[in-house]
Amino acid sequence: MEDFGKIVFSAFIVWFTLVVGLIMLPAMFGISLGITEVYMKVLVKTLEWATLRIQRGSKEQQKPTTLVSNGIILRDDSSMEKEITDLRKGRSRPQINGEFELSDIFYFSKKGFESIVEDEVTHRFTSEELVSWNLLTRSNNNFQYLSLRISIIWVLGVFIRYCILLPLRVTLATIGLSWLVIGASLVGLLPNSSVKNWLSELVHLMCYRICARGLSATIYYHNKENRPRKGGICVANHTSPIDIVILANDGCYAMVGQVHGGLLGIIQRAIVKACPHVWFERSEMKDRNLVTKRLRNHVADKTKLPILIFPEGTCVNNTSVMMFKKGSFEIGGTIYPVAIKYDPRFGDAFWNSAKYNMVSYLIRMMTSWAIVCNVWYLPSMTRQEEESAVQFANRVKAAIARQGGLVDLSWDGGLKRAKVKDAYKEEQQKSYSKMIVGDDSS
Amino acid sequence: MGSRASTLLRDEEIEEIKKETGFSHSQITRLYSRFTSLDKGENGTLCREDFQRIPELAINPLGDRIINAFFPEGEDQVNFRGFMRTLAHFRPIDDHEKNKDPNVSEPLNSRNNKLLFAFRLYDLDKDDKISRDELLQVLRMMVGVNISDDQLGSIADRTIQEADQDGDSFISFTEFIKTANTSLEPWARLPGTTLHHCHC
Repeated sequence: MEDFGKIVFSAFIVWFTLVVGLIMLPAMFGISLGITEVYMKVLVKTLEWATLRIQRGSKEQQKPTTLVSNGIILRDDSSMEKEITDLRKGRSRPQINGEFELSDIFYFSKKGFESIVEDEVTHRFTSEELVSWNLLTRSNNNFQYLSLRISIIWVLGVFIRYCILLPLRVTLATIGLSWLVIGASLVGLLPNSSVKNWLSELVHLMCYRICARGLSATIYYHNKENRPRKGGICVANHTSPIDIVILANDGCYAMVGQVHGGLLGIIQRAIVKACPHVWFERSEMKDRNLVTKRLRNHVADKTKLPILIFPEGTCVNNTSVMMFKKGSFEIGGTIYPVAIKYDPRFGDAFWNSAKYNMVSYLIRMMTSWAIVCNVWYLPSMTRQEEESAVQFANRVKAAIARQGGLVDLSWDGGLKRAKVKDAYKEEQQKSYSKMIVGDDSS
Repeated sequence: MGSRASTLLRDEEIEEIKKETGFSHSQITRLYSRFTSLDKGENGTLCREDFQRIPELAINPLGDRIINAFFPEGEDQVNFRGFMRTLAHFRPIDDHEKNKDPNVSEPLNSRNNKLLFAFRLYDLDKDDKISRDELLQVLRMMVGVNISDDQLGSIADRTIQEADQDGDSFISFTEFIKTANTSLEPWARLPGTTLHHCHC
């Protein structure tokens, strides 16, 4: 028994040293040993092979493959006026402007049915459907056909992911986070100076890099010359809490958010000692003026790190960008937009907070193949003189959507939980009223 | 691996729905996907709240009436068959169906049934005629607060006057068909079907 214990212990030491030597140390210094590249290449080849086999298999069985990427219906994008006028064209009598027709009801019922079959909003709050299966159980919605070979690969995949990759990643993440807390607290003991700032940035970067390795994250940064600078505000589209790790791997940001309890609270308290982040109490968040004032003060101080804000206010599934809340755009200062797009083949990064809590979400992340994403730094933008905050927000949103290949929606991300405002219905009622009473305003 | 086997549609069910509604195999599976994604309670049926969660439907002035059309009399849940049956009304009219066996009952999406569906949106008490009150109710839903009671009343009166032919101040289904003789724009082109844009 003793020998067995010794063997296990020495195996553990060896494994731990390998982890530190091969993964942690290079990560801390931003060097790559190329292991990840090899892994990714093998993964891509395997997934492509699996896709071909599934396609071949379903052709043999003559099952119709469901079209995922096409919408199920084609919609008319013409206005209410045009469509209702078209509906009325079948009438034999001449049309007097400003009249009600019984057939007008067809316009609304058609629009209603179209939205029941397919709408733009509800599917943004669940994970994106994949065009071809990526050998993860969780994304197997429509792909029922499996051959023996694919099943073997799948079992192998489960073993690799849960028994090899998961413990590895959990170790790395634990090391990364504990080092962040300890390191930041240590740096916090120093008096304020440029040395302290430099050390704090170093500590932050190293820890986020280790955490990124803890997720097997491969991040491609584009247009690094547009990277956010001090005294500015960085805005990005929000898919999951991991966005923070992704962005912080390439630069230091001041975080903004609510004070949490538990583990997150410990981390928050530690890192605010090293450099100024902006944490709000829950009660303070409700007071918008207070929030704006504190952020404005932070931005005005040009020595402070750029603030990182996610104006959508909630996690969306990375196929679209939803309404940007105007609060972040009223602070002033330069906005540095960033677009983040995850590659869904390797793992689904979207956090569906209704379905998974934080811990199960992290475990899902750590048992995916990898997290692969592209980050584009967009040129900075400032608010023009005649522009309102809302228009500015929409301008930034459009730029981010365009760069990331995402759909630009004006629906509020808050619709995930809340009901839609009646104001939109009232708008439609108003337009229709204009049609049936003609031009005289009543 | 086939993790949702229990919730997948069986082939026999798909065939039955195909016969009843005329949707194709791939359309049915796609719509089943949609049905399950709306079914937040995961019990195989939809309730009214599930529909109201669709923002575009919630802001439709006739949203509530349309939702009602899915639920049979007095019931609060609709299953997938019922869901498809109602959706079938809005399937585009296929040309090749016109020459079908006349003994087979009229398909759900025939021109007649489409008009009947719209008629029932007005005729809430299902007495086969649209009264002035019922017309006013629908008008009020579509215009909100933007038109006064008086003006709306006169619009309703004018509409009934034009449509009513037997002088009973109600609009019957036959009168409705004559008045709403519109170029019935088919619902939409669904990928996977070959169909002609029908102006009937």
